[in-house]
Amino acid sequence: MSASMPETTADTRKISLLRVLGPGHIWALGVGIVLVGEFMGWNFAVGKGGAVGALIACWVIGILYTCVAMIDSEVTSTVAAAGGQYAQAKHIIGPLMAFNVGLYLVMAYTMLEAGDALVVGDLLASVAAQTGHVLQREPFVLLTVAVLAWLNYRGVFMTLTVNFVITAVAFLSILVFFFASAPWAGGGMLQHKALLTDLPYGWLGVLAAMHFGIWFYLGIEGTCQAAEEVRSPARSLPYGTMSGMITLLIAATLTWYVCTGLLPWEYLGRAITPLYDAAMVTGNAWLEVMLFVGTLFAAVASANGCINDASRAWFSMGRDRYLPSWFGAVHPRYRTPYRSILFLVPIAVAFAYVVPLDQVVTFSILSGLLGYTFMPVNMILFRKKWPLGSITRGYIHPFHPLPALLLLALCAMTYVAIFLGYGTQLAAMLVFYIVASAWFAFHRYRFVRRGDQFTMPWPRPKGY
Amino acid sequence: MSLWALAEYAAWAVSAAILLWMLGDMLRVDRDYDEELLTSSREGEIE
Repeated sequence: MSASMPETTADTRKISLLRVLGPGHIWALGVGIVLVGEFMGWNFAVGKGGAVGALIACWVIGILYTCVAMIDSEVTSTVAAAGGQYAQAKHIIGPLMAFNVGLYLVMAYTMLEAGDALVVGDLLASVAAQTGHVLQREPFVLLTVAVLAWLNYRGVFMTLTVNFVITAVAFLSILVFFFASAPWAGGGMLQHKALLTDLPYGWLGVLAAMHFGIWFYLGIEGTCQAAEEVRSPARSLPYGTMSGMITLLIAATLTWYVCTGLLPWEYLGRAITPLYDAAMVTGNAWLEVMLFVGTLFAAVASANGCINDASRAWFSMGRDRYLPSWFGAVHPRYRTPYRSILFLVPIAVAFAYVVPLDQVVTFSILSGLLGYTFMPVNMILFRKKWPLGSITRGYIHPFHPLPALLLLALCAMTYVAIFLGYGTQLAAMLVFYIVASAWFAFHRYRFVRRGDQFTMPWPRPKGY
Repeated sequence: MSLWALAEYAAWAVSAAILLWMLGDMLRVDRDYDEELLTSSREGEIE
């Protein structure tokens, strides 16, 4: 018996995650995970398709993510549970799909977290190199993961409040850079007329650029993971997600505009920190410092949000016994999924230490893309099984089924783009998920309490 | 020893301290509370 729990109430007391978050926290979670993509990664699209090709990729993939945000907002406003898309898949499609979606989420966020921690280490190493010191990045990678895991361990409110502040600073640094470059002044520091070229590799290059165009927005769907900790899910989740998507579309376009006006596409296409490099070209020391801080904060905010989301998905699967139920524990004081948070720390650090950055990023993108492919199927089944009016929805997305079909088509196109550059990784990832699915179907599912996993107070689906 | 070298040692030490604190806290909680209580959270239930 618990030392601190009265015996008579031990059977009736429960510990849950705390509902303390507002729309600002949801914005900070979604944008915080993604914004690092404006500071590094997106520019490899320039290397594939040229500057104009990258802009086309930015907007086409922007449409893909707008569909994701609309679909997610509608479903999550009714399935308000930690685990986000995992819980959606469980209720709407079935356990095997849910298990796979849960794994996609954990893998995508854990690898992204590893990539973010590597960026922090690389940034500090580059500063040390300027002073003539060769810095080991490993201790700073570990420190980043450890400090953020500790923050997540201690409570979700402080975790996402910190994320709100550092994400806002990073976003402001992009805005300040844009206005400081004075785009309205012809003949200023921006040289688009001289630097913009035709498509260097034609339309095939534009198609290949779609792969890294994802980097502009990867992770915005992570807002759903906070569904069980937000005070008013039906209002806050759609509001936070859609405002986050608008923020990212603005940030992506401004980033492209400033960087392509300052750096030639041949350099931009292989730069590690494009915004920071562009700031250095201006010769303005204040802008350099601001963009360095912006890059650092964006990487930290992203890793922080990823720890939050990966642990919620892992926790939810543990709670439903899709994984050992040990992972479904909540800390009695901090009200966080503490075992899941701690369990994922060595996995993220191992990825960061062993796997190169571009591979980590590609595996993260692939897992994310697999998750997006599930969404249109999920949406079509959701509207079919529970038509409008049959259950209360906090948000109803317009033009159904057009966004779902468009999302499916854009996902198919992006698979082709990834296959062009990373076919082996795509095949390896699919094999991993097939093996994991076999393990779940033939071994693990026997431990699942089948009736308990469906928790939404919905009527029987239409046709059943 | 340079400032950067000191920072590297400090980063290792602080990381180890934080991870050990979390591990210790987890073991303490697991010892002090019933497993049934710790895993009593249910999806969709609002406190």
